[in-house]
Amino acid sequence: MSITPKAVVLISGGLDSMLAAKVVLDQGVHVEGINFFTGFCVEGHTHAIRNQDHKKPKRNNALWVAEQLGIKLHIVDVIEQYKDVVINPKHGYGANLNPCLDCKSFMVRKAKEWIEAHGFDFIVTGEVIGQRPMSQRRDTMPVIAQESGADDRLLRPLCAKLLPETLPEREGWVNRDALYDFNGRSRKPQIALAEQFGIEDYAQPAGGCCFLTDEKYSDKLRDLWVSQGEKRYEIDDIMLLKVGRHLRPRPHFKLIIGRDDGENNYLKGYRHRFTYMYGTSHNGPLVLVEGQTNDSDLELAARITARFGQGRDADNVRIEVVEQTGDPRNFKVVPLTRNEMQEAWYI
Amino acid sequence: MSHHKLDATNLLCPMPVIRTQDRVAELASGDILEIHCTDPGALHDIPTWCRINGHRVVGTQQANNEIIVTLRVGS
Repeated sequence: MSITPKAVVLISGGLDSMLAAKVVLDQGVHVEGINFFTGFCVEGHTHAIRNQDHKKPKRNNALWVAEQLGIKLHIVDVIEQYKDVVINPKHGYGANLNPCLDCKSFMVRKAKEWIEAHGFDFIVTGEVIGQRPMSQRRDTMPVIAQESGADDRLLRPLCAKLLPETLPEREGWVNRDALYDFNGRSRKPQIALAEQFGIEDYAQPAGGCCFLTDEKYSDKLRDLWVSQGEKRYEIDDIMLLKVGRHLRPRPHFKLIIGRDDGENNYLKGYRHRFTYMYGTSHNGPLVLVEGQTNDSDLELAARITARFGQGRDADNVRIEVVEQTGDPRNFKVVPLTRNEMQEAWYI
Repeated sequence: MSHHKLDATNLLCPMPVIRTQDRVAELASGDILEIHCTDPGALHDIPTWCRINGHRVVGTQQANNEIIVTLRVGS
């Protein structure tokens, strides 16, 4: 072991992992942070895309936390390896398509690989018993330690006193008496500890920091898998699920409709992969068409596109339709009325 | 000391930071890396990443929806 014990902390950007890192730092441990980018992280993307979010801080919370703590942060791209976690979760999904238990085991396993490669001694997480219904329960926390292979090199400082002693405690790298016994869903102990540490600013993402915990997002991912006939995805697929309105007017095609200039600009980057359309007589959204379409489908899509533009009340609207092959075509269509828009189309 | 360029355009946060981090790992202390991005978050995130990892931002430019962050690799 190194003379000064070294720990890597899983930094999400939220308060709990920040506190866990601070607790261990204050015990004289050399701490560095690690953050895994799965592609489903809520961080930043909607800020970068949507107009209405441009006023919000664009900071990456994991980086911000690391800077506040004065520690290095390693951000690791795990997009490819993470697919198996989402597609084949051994422990199943939570309320939506969130494979929280498999996810945590995966991340701790990746952290274990990292400490082995970099000569660190143990792993720290901000987990709290009872805080989350799937991955942070008294009976599932040992599963994470075991399945990740981290075993007793995994320390959860915020609830360590309620768990068996770990290697860092036995070896005296950290003092168990100075760890905590937080338990349950209440945030009060964490908020009190933050105050004690003088931490006033921290991110509090509602529903966590992962899109897979979001019902609407999960519906879109499920729809993607059904339309493909199998569970698989590429990074562009899951990024596009974060953007725009998604409507499936017919089983064989879907529309992605930009909601503002920011989203329209973002969708423009995908024009080379999709049939797309936009209004030429009136301002309106850029619309991507995913799936195989015939002229009747394109006319319906053009009428929907017109419905979401400024010509929705006009007698007719001109829509330019650009397919992957052939010249652009101009459709003159009557916008769908509010009553003609079917609720079931919205994914 | 050598000058390098990294194309991180059309990538959203945190990918420009990840690409920067991976590229810097291959460079020597004192090397200059010029990162081209389109995500405005890079203007905040790359300098933060530099501060916490001991590198120095020596310039930022913004023109035609493109952001260029230039850093000097630390020791």
